[in-house]
Amino acid sequence: MHVVPDTMSKATTPPLLQMRGITKEFGPISALSGVDLDVYPGEVHALMGENGAGKSTLMKVLSGAHARTAGTIWVDGREIDIRGPDHAKALGISIIYQELSLAPNLSVAENMLLGREITRFGLLDRAAMHRNCAGILNDLGVDFDATDKVSTLSLAQRQQVEIARALLADCRILVMDEPTTSLSSKECENLFALIHRLRDQGLAIIYISHRMDEIYALSDRVTVLRDGRYIGCIERENLSEQRLVQMMVGRDASTFYQKQHSPAPFSEVLLSVQNVGDGARVFGASFDLRAGEVLGIAGIVGAGRTELARLIYGADPKTAGQVTLDGQGLRIGNPLDAIHAGIVYLTEDRKGEGLFLDMSVSANVNMATMDRDGRGLGLLDGAKAKARTLDAIESMRIAVSGPETKVGSLSGGNQQKVLLARLLQTNPKVLILDEPTRGVDIGAKSEIYHLIEKLAAQGSGIVVISSELPELVGISDRILVMREGRIAGEVGGTSDMPIDAETIIALATGSVAKNETFARG
Amino acid sequence: MVDDVARRKRALRASIQALGMLPVLLLICLMFQFLSGMAATGSIVEAFQSGRFLSPQNLSIIAQQASINTVLAAGMTFVILTGGIDLSVGSILAASAMVAVMTSLIPGWGMMGIPAGIGFGMLLGAVNGGLVAFAKLPPFIVTLGSLTAVRGLARLLGNDKTVFNSELPFAGLSGPAFLGISWLTVIAFAVILVSWLILRFTALGVRIYAVGGNEVAARLSGIKVWVVLMFVYVASGFLAGLGGVMSSTRLLAANGVQLGQAYELDAIAAVILGGTSFVGGVGTIWGTLIGALIIAVLSNGLILIGVSDVWQFIIKGLVIIGAVALDRYRLNGSVRT
Repeated sequence: MHVVPDTMSKATTPPLLQMRGITKEFGPISALSGVDLDVYPGEVHALMGENGAGKSTLMKVLSGAHARTAGTIWVDGREIDIRGPDHAKALGISIIYQELSLAPNLSVAENMLLGREITRFGLLDRAAMHRNCAGILNDLGVDFDATDKVSTLSLAQRQQVEIARALLADCRILVMDEPTTSLSSKECENLFALIHRLRDQGLAIIYISHRMDEIYALSDRVTVLRDGRYIGCIERENLSEQRLVQMMVGRDASTFYQKQHSPAPFSEVLLSVQNVGDGARVFGASFDLRAGEVLGIAGIVGAGRTELARLIYGADPKTAGQVTLDGQGLRIGNPLDAIHAGIVYLTEDRKGEGLFLDMSVSANVNMATMDRDGRGLGLLDGAKAKARTLDAIESMRIAVSGPETKVGSLSGGNQQKVLLARLLQTNPKVLILDEPTRGVDIGAKSEIYHLIEKLAAQGSGIVVISSELPELVGISDRILVMREGRIAGEVGGTSDMPIDAETIIALATGSVAKNETFARG
Repeated sequence: MVDDVARRKRALRASIQALGMLPVLLLICLMFQFLSGMAATGSIVEAFQSGRFLSPQNLSIIAQQASINTVLAAGMTFVILTGGIDLSVGSILAASAMVAVMTSLIPGWGMMGIPAGIGFGMLLGAVNGGLVAFAKLPPFIVTLGSLTAVRGLARLLGNDKTVFNSELPFAGLSGPAFLGISWLTVIAFAVILVSWLILRFTALGVRIYAVGGNEVAARLSGIKVWVVLMFVYVASGFLAGLGGVMSSTRLLAANGVQLGQAYELDAIAAVILGGTSFVGGVGTIWGTLIGALIIAVLSNGLILIGVSDVWQFIIKGLVIIGAVALDRYRLNGSVRT
């Protein structure tokens, strides 16, 4: 791929921040390998890449949260070894994360001066603190006071407090990680105006976003990362959507796992989801799942994929919509109802929401089916449970010493298999698998792919949510793309859109013109 | 070399882990036997054989003294295994004892005092459970509230007076069952046995561990979390009610003000000494039994060797902290601490 050298036009002024060959390894896994980034004063520099491309890791290295494994960082032309978050702050580097880090019960000024409060005779000098902050707040043109309690402010206002706090700390490099995620379009406009003003004052701004329109509206240059590698840096003049998407996707999906079978296109509809929503994060989602079909759901993190799955499974209450299985309307109020109906859900958070780490493999595998295997009066049938566990250990090739091994001591791949084994004990008709291969080694990954394929061949309907596009493209018969809580489009199947990563990214980031129609099945 | 040390360390840790607090209990017993003998004879040589601590009579007294706390601690084990806490057991014990004795005074009802007392305890446990399971209030707050409110209720029941029944029809429960062992001891052991059966051999037992280990995962795997929570708080109330009946048989009376004061603390101490994790999901009922015995042995032994009341408190407290510190070390090598 042709890549523009990134030292072109700004050569006259030296970069404020230079990162060269930044490498970060977590044990055997390298999250970043040899990434370069140059940021000049007075520019908005966008950082783009798929989920897991390494943007956050790079910013954590910059902020001192992670120590880099290799590479060099210059600030103002001086080689710097960033020792920690405090050191980064002293160097003028501030990061505003998606989850704002303000203390809601303190005032705006107290938050801005957290850790370096102004005191007189050991007591807080509130008047001085407020005076100190009022100036910066005034410059920002905000519509609240330094004395206001943060808990009374809107999300957009709190963001402004964070920006003000960074400016008060003499910030010169400001990193914003998807700042518009929860803002209204009016609030976004205000934020953009503010970012432009700050840029014109000479601040260097690193802007992380998935939204193509924001990249267009804001950025002077765009650096693209992929799989922890530096792919290239594009000047504003050369910005093209197609090119960005290509750089972000890059790899050749055809070398990835490809499923063997294509489903009977007219097999019966197994699961029908109609206008399901929760009024906050998922809106009017509708789709059909056929027997034997593997339906992928793509979308950036926060697009509402997991939320939709949880609504279908009854893990969260839905406020609208209907779920039909085998032509029968279901009333699902909790996960137990879903399991009884034949729908199971594999959580994306294996340790937090899936497994009982202190309990045995056997207890974990049989957790959802103890009643069925019981001997009346709630007594457990230990022999049956053990037999089922041994069965699962063998058929899924779980590497454990025995059914009584604690799950917490297993590797990620084996833990995932244990969790899958639990779902399969219930003989489900529909499986919703949320990030089924996250944190799983290559070998277990391919076994999970084959399992999915086998289950589909046996007539189950399978929904796979994944942030790994090549994986999704490889195993799905059809893919729904979600954006901002809605199903934004569909590729494959009866739609005329091809199953490829470029199309999916375009849909997920909203870069496809809105008036383009999708043939929906 | 380093490997060898590490392996030995691991092996040591594994064996400590399997035995739990049993070695501590035995060590304390042997120590009291020695010290009691020394106090009596003044001779180190004859101290061990002439000690009174390990005599059959004294052991049976210890077992009886441990019985009520064991029963309360069994209920507390259920609750703590789910990650909760029940601070109200002492107050529930007092209220249940009041109900039991008052019911036994009604002509012709006599023995009905037992189910009345236990039933009242279950009812109060159900209120706790309902507030935790349905109103989703923190167990600490709920039971801290009922600790106070039920104490008031216990006083209200007898118009703030002690109720007596010298003819208590179930007074025989504090008498000997066989071989000089009290019925109270038998009841306590039966409670431990039934608790063990529930925790080890029923779906409910597995679910109690599951809810304590990972409540979100429990819900997602189709467990009715509210059923489990209701069960543990009702069980704790049931056992506190049973404890109330048991204490009424020893006193032939019940008093809303003093009865059961601070019992919840001994019960919690027993559970924690038994190695049950305070955050839930890990622990055994046998550990709790050993914990309750350690507390009883300490009280009995310290009196036996003539330690003053003041020092008894200090020593008991330090032993609890020391034992739990040992427990931290014990759990260090395992999956989660």
